[in-house]
Amino acid sequence: MLEVVGLSKSYGTGAKATHAVAQVDLRVEELEFVGIVGPSGAGKTTLLKCIAGLLAPTAGETRLRGRVVTEPPPELAVVFQDYSRSLFPWLTVRRNIVLPLTNKGSTAAAVAAADEALTAVGLAGFEDHYPWQLSGGMQQRVAIARALAYQPKVLLMDEPFASVDAQTRAELEDLVLRVREQFGVTVVLVTHDIDEAVYMSDRVVILSRPPSTVQETLDVDLPRPRDQIETKALPEFARLRSRVYETIMEPAREAVAR
Amino acid sequence: MRRARFGWLALEVGATAAIVALLWAYTVANESYAVAPLPDVLDAFRRTWLFAHVGSDVVPSLVRMTLGYAAAIAIGVGGGFLLGSSAVVSALASPVVGFLRSIPAAALLPPAIVLFGIGGTTKVAVIAFVCCWPIMLNTADGVRELDATMLATARVYGIRGLRRLRLVVLPAVAPRIFAGMRTSLSIAILLLVTSEMIASTNGIGYFVFQAQQQFAVGDMWAGVLLLGLLGFGLNLLFGAVERRVLHWNAPNV
Repeated sequence: MLEVVGLSKSYGTGAKATHAVAQVDLRVEELEFVGIVGPSGAGKTTLLKCIAGLLAPTAGETRLRGRVVTEPPPELAVVFQDYSRSLFPWLTVRRNIVLPLTNKGSTAAAVAAADEALTAVGLAGFEDHYPWQLSGGMQQRVAIARALAYQPKVLLMDEPFASVDAQTRAELEDLVLRVREQFGVTVVLVTHDIDEAVYMSDRVVILSRPPSTVQETLDVDLPRPRDQIETKALPEFARLRSRVYETIMEPAREAVAR
Repeated sequence: MRRARFGWLALEVGATAAIVALLWAYTVANESYAVAPLPDVLDAFRRTWLFAHVGSDVVPSLVRMTLGYAAAIAIGVGGGFLLGSSAVVSALASPVVGFLRSIPAAALLPPAIVLFGIGGTTKVAVIAFVCCWPIMLNTADGVRELDATMLATARVYGIRGLRRLRLVVLPAVAPRIFAGMRTSLSIAILLLVTSEMIASTNGIGYFVFQAQQQFAVGDMWAGVLLLGLLGFGLNLLFGAVERRVLHWNAPNV
């Protein structure tokens, strides 16, 4: 349903140009969960912004259900890393979720959808709080609820758990796995955390150092539902995470050896 | 908690009462051509401002200030959005803006009188002209500093055009607009009084100046007292409005 074809993104022109992403090809199937990992400095976020239609690619294109993405399409939502800047501090939790929906339909329906999404992320009872009255993990739950209530076909997540503590992170990972089934969304997750990518994904796409291209794609055949303890204790999980780790580190080692 | 607050309130009221008592005693004992006894000043205040001169002086003053201040807000916010949204406009306008806002406010009064006469227009124009800069520059900074993630969020969720301006950009810039408005409020009061002293036929500033010219020391001090109370009241009102509009900004204040 989502196709990235020969996508490149450079900043600047001529000799001084920075080539962040080069010739990325990627297919995401309906209801698939794809994790994108890569060494730090790889153009993961750049790639995600290009897919979302927030950045114009230098070459290539993204197609969502066959249509070329030039602006963020209505069937796509994004969860950003920085929840405190992504939520509007002057709106209550409920109104933060309702605001994007009032483009699409009536207010009463929007409020119902907002409350349903808030219940799904375990924040029923916090409708009238302001974001800054909540902990970081709870704020990111609000951002996730807002994305879900928008009823996207594709949910893009840009390092969504990088700013919360380890325990909250595990909770949010499981939350996302649960609600994506409940709401039937396709997910593309950008993360620098290899364990997280393997634990959550159906497929892990490994980007190279910049100019980043797809270095390798790994199918993750771990049983679902996944479990923080049981899944991570499986030999297959260990094998996959080592494989991803080696792939990311390989070019770095070669560079050092040279 | 409540007891502590009551304690602070008692301290404030007590200190004010003590200062008033000291002033009372001092002015009664040291009456001169410049110093009117406090009871006389209060009596003059009652005679003049409750409410004989309210219609003839206070209302015109307040109307001028309100009009000038409102115009300053409109020009400041509009200009600030223009300056903040475009680097080209900002580069073109910044030397001019820098020059215009550096002109000492009082220096504008003589040309304003030549242009607009000694009526209300002069005061409104001068207040609007001088008070718009702090609002404009603060608004422009606020627009420039708009957070990229916040704007990206609006874009992803299809919040565009006027809805984006009204529901996302304006609230995000509002704290900066209010910061500029607070600075401008003090300037507006200052300019109102100055302009009424230099060229006017009514107004509180005119009244104070006339009282001084006629050696009506009690009336003069009564006018100063009214201006002080007016400024104090306007600042309180401003604070109340700001707290209401920016209540969500509480953690950052």
